[in-house]
Amino acid sequence: MIKSLKLLLAMVAGLSMQPAAAALNVLACEPEWGALATELAGDKANVYVATNALQDPHRIEARPSLIARARNADLVVCTGAELEVGWLPLLQTQSGNARIQAGQPGYFEAASYVNKLEVPKTVDRAQGDIHPGGNPHIHLNPHNVEKVAKALAGRMAQLDAKEAAFYQSRAKAFLDRWQQATARWEKEGAPLKGMKVVVHHKNFSYLNDWLGLQEVGQLEPKPGLPPTTASLGDLLARLARDPAKAILRAAYNDPQASEWLSSRAKIPAVLLPFTVGGSDKAKDLFSLYDDTLARLLAVQR
Amino acid sequence: MFKRNLIAAAVALAFSAPALAQDAELAKIRDEIRQMKEGYERRIDALEKRLAEAEAKAGKADQVEKSGAASAEIAAAAASSRPASENSFNPAVSMVLQGTYASTSQDPNRYRINGFVPSGGEVGPPKRSFGLGETELAIAANIDPYFRGVAIAALAPEGGAEVEEAYFQTLALPSGFTVKGGRFLSSIGYLNEQHQHTWDFQDTPLAYKAFLGGQLRQDGLQAKWIAPTDLLIEVGAEVSSGDQFPGSDRNKNGIGGSSVFAHVGGDAGASTEWRTGISYLRTSPQNRAYASDVDALGAPVVNSFTGRSRLWVADGVLKWAPNGNSTSTNFKLQGEYFRRMEDGQLTYDDTSGSNLFGGPVMGAFDSRQSGWYLQGVYQFMPRWRAGYRYDRLNFGTVNNGIVQGGLGPTAADFSLLSPYSPTRDTLMLDWNPTEFSRLRFQLASDKSRQGATDNQFFVQYIYSLGAHGAHKF
Repeated sequence: MIKSLKLLLAMVAGLSMQPAAAALNVLACEPEWGALATELAGDKANVYVATNALQDPHRIEARPSLIARARNADLVVCTGAELEVGWLPLLQTQSGNARIQAGQPGYFEAASYVNKLEVPKTVDRAQGDIHPGGNPHIHLNPHNVEKVAKALAGRMAQLDAKEAAFYQSRAKAFLDRWQQATARWEKEGAPLKGMKVVVHHKNFSYLNDWLGLQEVGQLEPKPGLPPTTASLGDLLARLARDPAKAILRAAYNDPQASEWLSSRAKIPAVLLPFTVGGSDKAKDLFSLYDDTLARLLAVQR
Repeated sequence: MFKRNLIAAAVALAFSAPALAQDAELAKIRDEIRQMKEGYERRIDALEKRLAEAEAKAGKADQVEKSGAASAEIAAAAASSRPASENSFNPAVSMVLQGTYASTSQDPNRYRINGFVPSGGEVGPPKRSFGLGETELAIAANIDPYFRGVAIAALAPEGGAEVEEAYFQTLALPSGFTVKGGRFLSSIGYLNEQHQHTWDFQDTPLAYKAFLGGQLRQDGLQAKWIAPTDLLIEVGAEVSSGDQFPGSDRNKNGIGGSSVFAHVGGDAGASTEWRTGISYLRTSPQNRAYASDVDALGAPVVNSFTGRSRLWVADGVLKWAPNGNSTSTNFKLQGEYFRRMEDGQLTYDDTSGSNLFGGPVMGAFDSRQSGWYLQGVYQFMPRWRAGYRYDRLNFGTVNNGIVQGGLGPTAADFSLLSPYSPTRDTLMLDWNPTEFSRLRFQLASDKSRQGATDNQFFVQYIYSLGAHGAHKF
């Protein structure tokens, strides 16, 4: 027992001697926030992204590598609004890192800086996997990204005060480019207004709201439940009366259901990258929007 | 009205005397009076009307003010979506409902693991036919910026509640340290820390049943440290009263049980996650008795062990999902190896039964026994998982000084410790409509009992209500 304790202490001492990293260690829960953190901090931050575009952010496990990353994080950048409720609380309690606990400056929740859509009036699991705080998939409206960018730059400046001016100047440069790009996207996306779409999961609500797409149905019978033959059959009958232009799904959604419906309803199934890395072209936040718009415009014509 | 008549009367009186002089003049005067009267009436009516209007306006104004206040309140309520009340600090409360339908070829009440000292835990199969499992009630919250509190009570189907876990955990220690205290599931091994409702089979592996009495839950303290590396390196130590099997209640000051553990884990590409570890548990049981044995004549015997018990556990788990997206398909491989060494003294007491030796017989006792399991669970389509588990315990070597030294009782008087290595094969299929509900079918061929294979069939349901916390890896 004493021996093992000695060994343990020796290990602690040995590993604590590692040189302190100068850069801000950022753990981003989703790729979009990882990309944003990189835009704002450049080489002043080591950004690790907990999930990739092919993973469903609702269904992530608090796997060992994430606990290790959470242990070293100075800043955890997540969506919040209960999107990560199945894994993030474990990273907070298991990592032994006081800086990233709720309420600390090292814990950043993007969704708390934007107005959320679809805030349920009643909360009951009989309605499926609903989020009491509203729809958490906020990043597909560039105005939301702008708000989050401003708040995140402020947070980085707060945590790494010596480099505050650096973060603010990068934020300004990013926001200038972002606003120009937003204006361009809004111009390009104007023809999409009123286009009827079916979605796999309600994860495009902010995109639809921004571009004026009209969501006429979901493949999931209830949020978070896999599509069933019965629910798809109902949807098919509805689409026969009131056709939509496209069936949208995120890169991480199982393609089976949208392809089934697409072949029967003769409506194109469109894969949208959803987040950075969701398609070959979506390499950063700008190209994510470029590619999303291009894919939507391709079916609108 | 009264005022108007008075004025009219006064006017009439004032003009009445000269009016008598001439009729024409009188008529003229009357006309004037009438005109004046009408004029006054009009003016008074106008005044009254203005008064009424003013009063009405004033009333409305009052109402407007009131409704203004009301809408301001509504706005305030809307701004803070959660009303500020004591209720908003309520901890996360959740409940797990469990139950089984069991069909077994052997009597579950006579369950034993031959070749191994009984652990005294609730390790037998569930009761036959319909049976309620433990209903778990969990409450958890951050206590303040420094501590988190968790309490889990198990409501037993036969009545009564047991404290499954009740501990505090630090949130704000520096350098990756966490301290936990109270009653908690030990971090040794892999499955030990997982709550029953998250298990991939209805029951726990034989090695857990034989070496830890099902699951090691202890009253004590745990310190854990996570290394500042990208690979997860977690080391920790626990001290406890050691009153749970393999320890026993000692009624002594100091530490009755201690353990150390180390876990290493990480990713192997985007699709694979792994964790492996090694743990060591040491306890000092005092008169750890088991009364379920019988001697060669079938009469009851109480055996008790005093000495030192050491347990090594090596564990490993690997999870795979295409691109790390476990929604449609995923696979989990898990295995653990246990090795237990016990040295001390065994007391054989048949005084309440045959009483052949004129009192308890004592002798040296040591054992080196081991066990392992390996299981794989595959989700082959959304909602459906199938799994297989193989269990084995190795009898190893048991040196019973009472038998070997010829102190009286023979090997036949230690029926539970006769050489035997139990095995079990288990198949499982479960359906998970959501992450909050699970229906499981399980078939097992359990050879825990020497010469009596128990063929088991279980149907089990597990439902989670409320703010259900995240599950451990």
